[in-house]
Amino acid sequence: MSTTIEPTVRVETTRRQPMPPRERLETIFHVEGLDALYSGKAAIKDVTIDVYKNLVTAIIGPSGCGKSTFIRCFNRMNDLIPGFSQTGTIRYHGQDICASNIDPVAVRRNIGMVFQRPNPFPKSIYDNVAWGCRVLGMKDGLDERVERALTQAALWDEVKDRLKASGLSLSGGQQQRLCIARAIAVEPDVVLMDEPAASLDPIATQAIEQLMHELKSEYTFVIVTHNMQQAARVADMTAFFSISRGEEGKRFGELIEYDATEKIFTAPSDKRTEDYVTGRFG
Amino acid sequence: MSAQGLSGPGLRLDRLPRRRAVNRLMELLAWLAAAIAIAILGIVVYSVARKGWSELNLNLITKAPIPFSLTNAPQGLANAFAGSLVIVGLATAMALPVGILVAVYLNEFAPAAVRNGVGLILDVLNGVPAIVVGIFVFGLLVVGHGQNGFDGAFALACLMLPLVARATMEVLALVPNSLREASLGLGIPQWRTTLSIVLPQTVGGIVTGTVLAVARVAGETAPLLFTSSLVGTQTSWDPHHALQSIPVAIFELSESPDPADHARAWAAALVLLMFILFASLAGRWLATRSRAKMATR
Repeated sequence: MSTTIEPTVRVETTRRQPMPPRERLETIFHVEGLDALYSGKAAIKDVTIDVYKNLVTAIIGPSGCGKSTFIRCFNRMNDLIPGFSQTGTIRYHGQDICASNIDPVAVRRNIGMVFQRPNPFPKSIYDNVAWGCRVLGMKDGLDERVERALTQAALWDEVKDRLKASGLSLSGGQQQRLCIARAIAVEPDVVLMDEPAASLDPIATQAIEQLMHELKSEYTFVIVTHNMQQAARVADMTAFFSISRGEEGKRFGELIEYDATEKIFTAPSDKRTEDYVTGRFG
Repeated sequence: MSAQGLSGPGLRLDRLPRRRAVNRLMELLAWLAAAIAIAILGIVVYSVARKGWSELNLNLITKAPIPFSLTNAPQGLANAFAGSLVIVGLATAMALPVGILVAVYLNEFAPAAVRNGVGLILDVLNGVPAIVVGIFVFGLLVVGHGQNGFDGAFALACLMLPLVARATMEVLALVPNSLREASLGLGIPQWRTTLSIVLPQTVGGIVTGTVLAVARVAGETAPLLFTSSLVGTQTSWDPHHALQSIPVAIFELSESPDPADHARAWAAALVLLMFILFASLAGRWLATRSRAKMATR
């Protein structure tokens, strides 16, 4: 019995390019033996994974399996959470970005992030995109830069006549695209997306997925999603996380399987992955 | 047992009269408590207004007092108003930056243990009686040097500091973390995030807290008795010398044998009361406005 997942919501997206063979892929993140702990309690344990450049990598799994914790390790966002600690290494282009002598600000400068809930600054639409560039010293051709970022985020046509309006006057979907424009305007290397479509309608979701397809030649995307259809539509590689129980019944997140998206959704090698992607989970 | 009293889809009516009576009683008690609080304020304002009304005119603010005056020449408390303005102004200038920086450090940079510890210290400092602060500043600055306006301002600043810091911490805590993450996620340093993203959100709240703190210390007498009270009657703006202030003037005039002095003391008290009332109202208004702004933005 084949267990193909057919998207229930069909949206028009450009067809995924066939993935280059694995040996031609360039590793951008090499994660090894990563444990992430909140106040000593493990949220994820022993994650080892290679993320490839210029691909979209999706992270799927049930609530509480540590997807968000995991993605926030890539740009040291968890440093902001009191009581957080981690062991293991994350190498970015071969450099350990978790080392104590690495400035998290420098890490985040290269590895941008789009959050689950749209969080535009209480500034104008223009300044939402321009402020980061200005602070980071990218002051030349700011207008063009803002226009390019907004165009790439598929928002330019909707806002070009009201760039001075507050970013918070936009709808939820527009705000999220504004946050994406803000993230890519400063030209990061990687864009992390933590459930970017969680609060969006299908049309806005489609716009964001389209965007990832178009931009992945320039950027590397890592996206956390609850939505398996979304992972199937946008991702080249998919990692499935699940909740495991250690000794004394302590729950922690674990990487179960990581493979090409086609493989994860059609012929997963682990029973738990199969149960999850076919909806038999839990 | 009536059918209505049983569980089921109908209304439960058992013991309803009793519950209603208890509800009424509690409501009445709460209402009474509120009425007492308002009545106390009303009596204070009324008696101050009644006794001070006769001397409440422009002379009170523009004319200096004339000691042992035998004529009916108009006199007022210009020296006290000028002194209060200078002392409270200086106190605000001292307490505001320090208070804001303390709050920013505690809320944005300090580990939780430090935040809670120093927060507790601020609360204790807030609870220190004003006269103790007065004695402290007296021992620290006045002994051996003599009184001056700066010492008085410093004493008031000690009282303002925890008020400003606490108010600022409260508004900083209201700034959503998602906003900080948005900025930090772009690779922008924390100091810049605090300065450009977090603090602008809190301006309204900081202004409110400052206005309330100013209103609170403008009426403080005890710290000024120790630090800035040995004064003449001439109006001075120079804080290098001891300056008269409204609360101290009220205190001194109340001991005068001249009934006209008493009336002037009441009038000054009325002005102080009005100032505190309007400053508090302004603070409330600013707070509502900034909250509304944060909600819609």
